[in-house]
Amino acid sequence: MASLFGKILGGLALAAAAGGAVFWFITAPKPLPESAFAGLSIPDTVNGERLFWAGGCVSCHAPKGAAEKGDLTLSGGEPLKTPFGTFYPPNITADPDAGIGSWSLAQFGNAMLRGVDDEGEHLYPAFPYGSYSRMKPQDIADLFEFLKTLPKSNKASAEHALAFPYSIRRLLGGWQFLYLNAKPRVELASVDEKVARGQYLVEGPGHCGECHTPRDSMGGFLSGKWLAGAPNPEGGKGRIPNITPGGELASWSETDIASYLETGMTPDFDSVGGSMVEVQKNMAHLPASDREAIAAYLKAIPAVK
Amino acid sequence: MKLKTVFAATLALSVVAGAVGAAEAPQVVRKDMMEGMGKAMGGLVNIVKGKTEYNADVVKASLTTMVDTMKTFPDQFPAGSETGHKTEASPKIWQNMDDFKAKAAKLGTDASALLAALPADKAAVGAAVKTLGADCGACHETYRLKD
Ligand code: HEC
Ligand code: HEC
Ligand code: HEC
Repeated sequence: MASLFGKILGGLALAAAAGGAVFWFITAPKPLPESAFAGLSIPDTVNGERLFWAGGCVSCHAPKGAAEKGDLTLSGGEPLKTPFGTFYPPNITADPDAGIGSWSLAQFGNAMLRGVDDEGEHLYPAFPYGSYSRMKPQDIADLFEFLKTLPKSNKASAEHALAFPYSIRRLLGGWQFLYLNAKPRVELASVDEKVARGQYLVEGPGHCGECHTPRDSMGGFLSGKWLAGAPNPEGGKGRIPNITPGGELASWSETDIASYLETGMTPDFDSVGGSMVEVQKNMAHLPASDREAIAAYLKAIPAVK
Repeated sequence: MKLKTVFAATLALSVVAGAVGAAEAPQVVRKDMMEGMGKAMGGLVNIVKGKTEYNADVVKASLTTMVDTMKTFPDQFPAGSETGHKTEASPKIWQNMDDFKAKAAKLGTDASALLAALPADKAAVGAAVKTLGADCGACHETYRLKD
């Protein structure tokens, strides 16, 4: 993810240079009111668990390898290294002091949908809320309730180790002003229920674009290149593949794609690798219908060469 | 049935052939080895998916391929073979050779254990595919970079 943050943070420096009142207004956190999360149904933890796996929370917020051993304590995950410093995904267990146990639904919702924490400060987009912003409030409530069923930990979160000026959270408002919204990533001509579900999962909780879409110099997604593949975020050798029908997936059937997400095996029996391994393990926990919906959506989006 | 036995035999042979062609560039040898792994995995996955019937010979041949390949696979990464021949090997292999070898050994050990117990039906092959697939993924996660 290194170059991603490079771009985002480079953009921030630019925004800071703009200065003045406009800057102050643009960068102010814009949380949703409590009412955005009022009037929802009683939370459904089964659906919450589904979103938990779709969202891949465990991949960032739990120590490496813990999930395979059945340990879903979200006590904080592996450091995410970038050229600007290191992010430490925090403890998000229900512990009231070390985790988010004292947060209200609206506070949690604002972290997920607006990238604003319980104290009203901006969160770094290393936490992929730029995608989660598309999630439905009811799904947020269900996910929140499910998280409360997981084990607590009183392990204190580590401070991110970021160089100045990237350490100033306020600057993130500039990035959010430019890129944070809940609009669809692609307009599809005809969308049946299955494709619509796939669109929701891929563009929202699944945050597939965070890796598979190339970015401009400010860290925003390049237009017309949705899921068209991107350089290795760690720099150097390798590429994140194009998963539009214009890439290698052209020769995969929907069943092939769904099966890859379930088992990690490509149609020619190559095995999944790189950062997709964690994603695939999470996808394997979804109901088959969700994997099929994702496959249908990937076949329906514009082909990019 | 006969045909499947022949297929199984071919699988086993192709591994031997892979090991013999040592005069080739290591990048090519290791890719061939991995293609053999793909085919071996395919033999198992096809049973799980119901594309082919359960056949003990196919299962045996696939697992044997994995055991044998993992013995020599890590030797195909000598200094100087980091690039070239469109290799997808990650530079991390040469930084953590011991861990890389351990990942190969893990698959070898798991495949040996499965071979000894020999999965006796489709469901058992399914469980084997899960274990083995996780081993492939654990190595590819860190040491293979798709291009
Ligand atoms: C790609 C890695 C990644 C994934 C996936 C991820 N997070 Fe995070 N998350 C982070 C990082 C890094 C932070 C810290 C951001 C900051 O400090 O500004 C964070 C912060 C948070 C916070 C704010 C915590 C606090 O104390 O301020 C919450 C809540 C949260 N994540 C919930 C989730 C949930 C729920 C999911 C799954 C739907 C999830 N995250 C998935 C990386 C991730
Ligand atoms: C953390 C980054 C990351 C995220 C998030 C991510 N992917 Fe991937 N994806 C990768 C990488 C890296 C590969 C290459 C895998 C390999 O090396 O075998 C890949 C490969 C794939 C492939 C196989 C393509 C091929 O040609 O082999 C598919 C299909 C895919 N991803 C779908 C998805 C979907 C659907 C999502 C969202 C649910 C997603 N990915 C989210 C990084 C990611
Ligand atoms: C110890 C590490 C390791 C293990 C275990 C492993 N692989 Fe690989 N695999 C690699 C590396 C490294 C490459 C890239 C080789 C190259 O391009 O030089 C690769 C490449 C491949 C390829 C692509 C070959 C080509 O033609 O380019 C396939 C297919 C493959 N592996 C299948 C599998 C399967 C299936 C398994 C499990 C049964 C498996 N691998 C287990 C390390 C491993």
